[in-house]
Amino acid sequence: MLKTFKKGGVHPPENKLSAHQPVQTALLPKTATILLSQHMGAPAKALVAKGDAVKTGQLIAKGEGFLTGNVHSSVTGKVTKIDEVQDASGYKRQAVFVEAGEEEWMPGIITDNTLDKTIRFEGPEIISKITDAGIVGLGGATFPSHVKLTLPRGKKAEFLIVNGVECEPYLTADHALMLEKGEEILVGIQLLKKALNVSQAHIGIENNKPDAVAHMKKLAASYEGIAVHALIVKYPQGGEKQLIKAITGREVPSGGLPVDVGCVVFNVGTVFSVYEAVQKNKPLVERVVTITGVQVKKPLNLRVRIGTSVASLIEQAGGLPEHTGKIIMGGPMMGKALGSAEVPVVKGTSGILLLPDAVSERSPIQPCIRCAKCVSVCPMGLEPYLLMPLSQQKNYDRLEAEHIMDCIECGSCSYTCPASRPLLDYIRLGKASVGKIIRTRKKP
Amino acid sequence: MSKLLIVSPSPHISSDQTTSKLMYGVVVSLIPAFAVTIYMFGIGALIVTAISIVSCVLAEALIQRYILKSEVTIRDGSAVVTGLLLAFNVPANLPWWMVVLGALFAIGIAKMTYGGLGNNLFNPALAGRVFLLISFPVQMTSWPLPIASRLQYLDAATGATPLSIVKEAVRNGEKIPDIMQQVPDHMQLFLGQMGGSLGEVSALALLLGFGWMLYRKIITWHIPVVIILSIAAFTGILWLADPLKNASPLFHILTGGVMLGAIYMATDLVTSPMTRTGMIVYAVGIGIITVVIRVFGAYPEGVSFAILIMNAVVPLINRYIKPKRFGEEVKHG
Repeated sequence: MLKTFKKGGVHPPENKLSAHQPVQTALLPKTATILLSQHMGAPAKALVAKGDAVKTGQLIAKGEGFLTGNVHSSVTGKVTKIDEVQDASGYKRQAVFVEAGEEEWMPGIITDNTLDKTIRFEGPEIISKITDAGIVGLGGATFPSHVKLTLPRGKKAEFLIVNGVECEPYLTADHALMLEKGEEILVGIQLLKKALNVSQAHIGIENNKPDAVAHMKKLAASYEGIAVHALIVKYPQGGEKQLIKAITGREVPSGGLPVDVGCVVFNVGTVFSVYEAVQKNKPLVERVVTITGVQVKKPLNLRVRIGTSVASLIEQAGGLPEHTGKIIMGGPMMGKALGSAEVPVVKGTSGILLLPDAVSERSPIQPCIRCAKCVSVCPMGLEPYLLMPLSQQKNYDRLEAEHIMDCIECGSCSYTCPASRPLLDYIRLGKASVGKIIRTRKKP
Repeated sequence: MSKLLIVSPSPHISSDQTTSKLMYGVVVSLIPAFAVTIYMFGIGALIVTAISIVSCVLAEALIQRYILKSEVTIRDGSAVVTGLLLAFNVPANLPWWMVVLGALFAIGIAKMTYGGLGNNLFNPALAGRVFLLISFPVQMTSWPLPIASRLQYLDAATGATPLSIVKEAVRNGEKIPDIMQQVPDHMQLFLGQMGGSLGEVSALALLLGFGWMLYRKIITWHIPVVIILSIAAFTGILWLADPLKNASPLFHILTGGVMLGAIYMATDLVTSPMTRTGMIVYAVGIGIITVVIRVFGAYPEGVSFAILIMNAVVPLINRYIKPKRFGEEVKHG
């Protein structure tokens, strides 16, 4: 029996145009624009200055504090400036600009691709290598991995959950990675299990990737304590709460963390980076990115250096189609529409999706006909039709009472609304305000 | 990159469902019932339906254009659905000007005064029907004979509905088994060969429409199924208690407006609850009130009153019956 999560969910057209495209290596950027804020939390502090020479994999910015991450140079060359650049959200952020020359990796980094299955380190060493390598959640949320591995006092993990769901339409980066680096991912899982001190890992993969399910199942058979689960296709199964529910039947309590039900969740891409960091001393300087769209000439999966511009990736996929209305970083359900193609790839960039003009603009907003579709698709059991007007009225007490903070912003409500109402837009606004109120309340 | 890109928050795609597709989906699902009513009531059904739809659409357009001075939104199809359902809820020999009045009430009073589509508390078509029933009780309860009078409109020969025959006979002290000899058999009731409002007679046709709406995901099964089950349960208890005075559950379900009410009138998206549990509470309420009116009340039929009463309770249901939140109940192990 295939598993899935119970409550809500939608079935957008899958459009996995680049499925079964092998991962190709992208051209090195001429100038890498490396944002100091690649992760959730405080920006890293630059360790280099204009004119410095840096090597590939060299630490160029250090995360200071707890919720932060290290940043490394993704190319070899000269720092030309440290300046502001527009990020995916449209904000100006500090970035290190490195003009690339001939490639030279930092000493100590192993760049060959031979599989290394020998586990040489204890838990704390593994965590410290992960911290050093600047690894963050590659599924998109970019939560620093070492923070996830440092469990709150008194909490104990029971299962490592590995997210190979890739429920966003169009994206195939994780799919390709599982097919090509399955064994490395399994070694990464063993490393994470050791770091978390758990004996059982569960990999969840949606059943629209039967080759990945079969491949991972076959490989996992020779590892102890790794189960592979094929899941019924339903968005947003890649949401960690939905994935935990699908695999274990447990529900993360409202306002709680996965570890409250004994689970810690990592994306397969992150797990692969953990393997490289621990076994190969390789910091997170590249990742797999899907470049796709119905009008894209060659939809493909590319191994891309962090800091490469989106425009150059589009060139490598056959160029910008004539009638492109939107460039999205990420998938169509949760990705960010870019204001410019000059935005650099960051650690959380899972895909670049080009949408044609015809589907880029939203339909006109019509009156709510109270069809209750938004209520039935909400995976968190919320009532978007109600949250939207409450947010417009700034009724923050009532919004909090109606559990607005539980919203995972998956977009199922706006997606399904027959009246094209911007439900999630207003829920986000309400959530931001309610979040602020809750934080000031917590401060004494 | 000379062209400006479009920037908006996610999600960047939307389902292909639209308000007008939902509305026209309802219209399509009514085709079987419409075919049956043309067969049973002929020319009258055709005239009343046409007048009702045209009046509803015109009423909405004129009110929006000349009174509200707002955008005319008749293309969303909601006025067509109201017109169709209003026609389905009146006898096929109702004078045309009464149909126009009912349409004016449905659209003008029950829908537009509340703020138009999505804001009305009561089902507009049912509000129109009840307005007509109270204003013109004689014309609203004279039922053309099925098949026999399908070539007449205003001069159609009329008879009683099975429900009013039973009500009258029980009041006169007759026993149910004897009364059942005077009404059409269950198969005729199921197919729709009986007196009644023009769209309510054929359970079979309405069930086909129900199947279509489920298939197209326009409504869910909860409201119709629970209404029918609760009417069956309640009338079943009464029937078992005294089978000589009370008609069987099957008779109750197949007659009057139960099928039309449960499948089309109670499921009106705007005026029904937003959660599954809320829908069930609402549907049980409709079932109970319907039977109370039919068995103990003055009217032989109570579906439309029951639905309107429960429409009034919907805001309360939405306020207090909430979906089960994810993570509300902590499960471990």
